[in-house]
Amino acid sequence: MRISLFVPCFVDQLTPQVGLATAKVLKRLGHEVEFRAAQTCCGQPSFNSGQWDVAREGAIRALGVFRGAEAVVGPSGSCVAMMRNFYPELLKGTPHAAEAADLAARTFEFAEFLVKKLGVTDVGAKFAKKVTYHDGCHALRELRLKEEPRQLLRAVKGLELIESEEGETCCGFGGLFSAKFPMISTAMVQVKGGALARTGADFVVSSDPSCLLQIGGWLSREGKPILPLHIAEVLAHDA
Amino acid sequence: MSDSKAIFLKDATVNAADGDQRAFIRKALGGYYTNRDLQKARYRDWERARDAASMAKWSAVNDLANVLEKFTANFERNGGVVHWARDAEEARAIILKIAKDADAKAIVKSKCMTSEEIHLNDALEKAGYGVVESDLGEFIQQLRGEAPYHFVFPCMHVKREAISELFTQHLGTAPTDSPEELTMIARRHLRQLYVDADIGITGANFLVAETGQISITENEGNARLTAALPRIHIALSGIEKVVNHLDDLSVLLPMLATAGAGQPMTCYNTLYSGPRKKGECDGPEEFHLVLMDNARTRILADPEQRDALHCIRCGACLNVCPIFKNIGGLAYGTTYQGPIGSVITPHLRGLKQWNHLSGASSLCGACTDACPVRIDLHHHLLHNRRNATKESPTLFDQVFHNGFNFVISRPWLFALGGRIFRATLPLLQKLPLPYMGAWMKTRDLPKAPAQSFRDQWKNDHV
Repeated sequence: MRISLFVPCFVDQLTPQVGLATAKVLKRLGHEVEFRAAQTCCGQPSFNSGQWDVAREGAIRALGVFRGAEAVVGPSGSCVAMMRNFYPELLKGTPHAAEAADLAARTFEFAEFLVKKLGVTDVGAKFAKKVTYHDGCHALRELRLKEEPRQLLRAVKGLELIESEEGETCCGFGGLFSAKFPMISTAMVQVKGGALARTGADFVVSSDPSCLLQIGGWLSREGKPILPLHIAEVLAHDA
Repeated sequence: MSDSKAIFLKDATVNAADGDQRAFIRKALGGYYTNRDLQKARYRDWERARDAASMAKWSAVNDLANVLEKFTANFERNGGVVHWARDAEEARAIILKIAKDADAKAIVKSKCMTSEEIHLNDALEKAGYGVVESDLGEFIQQLRGEAPYHFVFPCMHVKREAISELFTQHLGTAPTDSPEELTMIARRHLRQLYVDADIGITGANFLVAETGQISITENEGNARLTAALPRIHIALSGIEKVVNHLDDLSVLLPMLATAGAGQPMTCYNTLYSGPRKKGECDGPEEFHLVLMDNARTRILADPEQRDALHCIRCGACLNVCPIFKNIGGLAYGTTYQGPIGSVITPHLRGLKQWNHLSGASSLCGACTDACPVRIDLHHHLLHNRRNATKESPTLFDQVFHNGFNFVISRPWLFALGGRIFRATLPLLQKLPLPYMGAWMKTRDLPKAPAQSFRDQWKNDHV
């Protein structure tokens, strides 16, 4: 299958290794991977800030960028939820509604794509570490993904998966919320990050790089000995 | 910035930094999660029960005028008197008039959030009536001179020692750390007040159209005494509390208890069918119902958010909300706290003044999953944000988002901007920039890579 990568803007600029790992895993499974360079940001910051007219322009651009792509795969539950669930809402009643629905049906979160679309759980990865998994809220509640990433992690050789307390609790990122209401966002990551650190895991793994930015940022500031890692980076490990 | 927002930011900042209080609230809710899951597991299919509960409310809310007419006709047939109130002022005036006509002195109340919504106690006290809250939590909050912290658990934030101290101070009782003894103190104090009161004021959980009955749910039995002992019973209810059938309660009552408090059923579920009838030996002589709109028709007129009127005030959305748990109920400054409060308060009190509550959410969606009547809570927060932008856009937001859009609509500019951003990130982190400065106070950013993804991809794939 020819897969078009959908790389979140902040992954592109801040954590490119996540995008590269996503491509690596998909290629290892025998697929052709492309990156359409006209893509930038899905528009979620504006959408979540109530700036729907601005966000709508971004949605329409994305329709053009991914036109004709067989499958669009993004390593972020949040950005994929934007395309899958919120583009159709933004473009409801416009001439773009049908294409938005079509793109929504072709767009997948990375772990979801592997397990539900490709039917793969063992991608041949090896990672002899203790990890705990953080459910991003968009993956968990907008895309209804819970078991898929865990199935993938359990199949990784040598990996020990530990569940944390506050398993389904939000990390407090919420995009611009984390900067508009930093005191609340920080209180939330204290709860979440504290629970993750108490697992004794070496890494906190998530399919949402934005949560990892928040959790990792707080863990680093607090000097906690647990590192953020995207699920694609785990699955890309083969030695 | 609106006054309400400034107060919210100040209170939220103080409370979010209070680790002890946050831990206390978390602990107070600990048993709830266990019990709720235990009770949910007893349903054959909790999700289908949510569908049924939601449908029961949907069918009444979407035919509200007819269902209300049917209800009031039956309520009046049972001997009750219906009063319609457009807003808080009318509702207060109606209740004050009933009290005046009855030459009342003392009033006892059971838990009624609608009365909090219209600041009824203030109005009654100003008019010279003695008013006592008979729900233990509300009684404690009344003595503290504080609004309810959580609309189901009004004093969940108050430690046992503080309650003992409060009782010593106001009721002259000996200090104790036994919850049973504290309850008995309140009980002994309140018993005589039911007997002395001329008027009992209650809320209503459900108004049953087909029978004209009022359903009231409680755990302490105080609402039964409030409704039954005084010679006049006044129930105050929002118009959205009506349901079509008695049978609707067979799903709504257990779900209210399970979702809100982790109980199989609330201890007392009573249907009130009008005043004392000829030949009956007890019950009130007069039974009044004040049916209040107070902006509910405004929510009704909004097809997108109409389902907010499904709310049965169970409190489940507060119990699971990470915002509520970290800033506490009082910081909201609203009658209804938590996600449902953030959704409906802009309708009740104005979007411009109260949109900040919709902004103060990570949109995690835990509330929507917890809601037994399937209100699309966290998406309504998005709708409020959108409506607020339309109604009163702020210059900062317009410039920020249009500027951002200018950049991301030009991939070359995005790539260039990204390069500059990465190169200057160490410096940017030290500047008091909007957003970035707030982030950096408590969190680090990853070290900026030399090359972006798109740069590396280009190099690998030429």
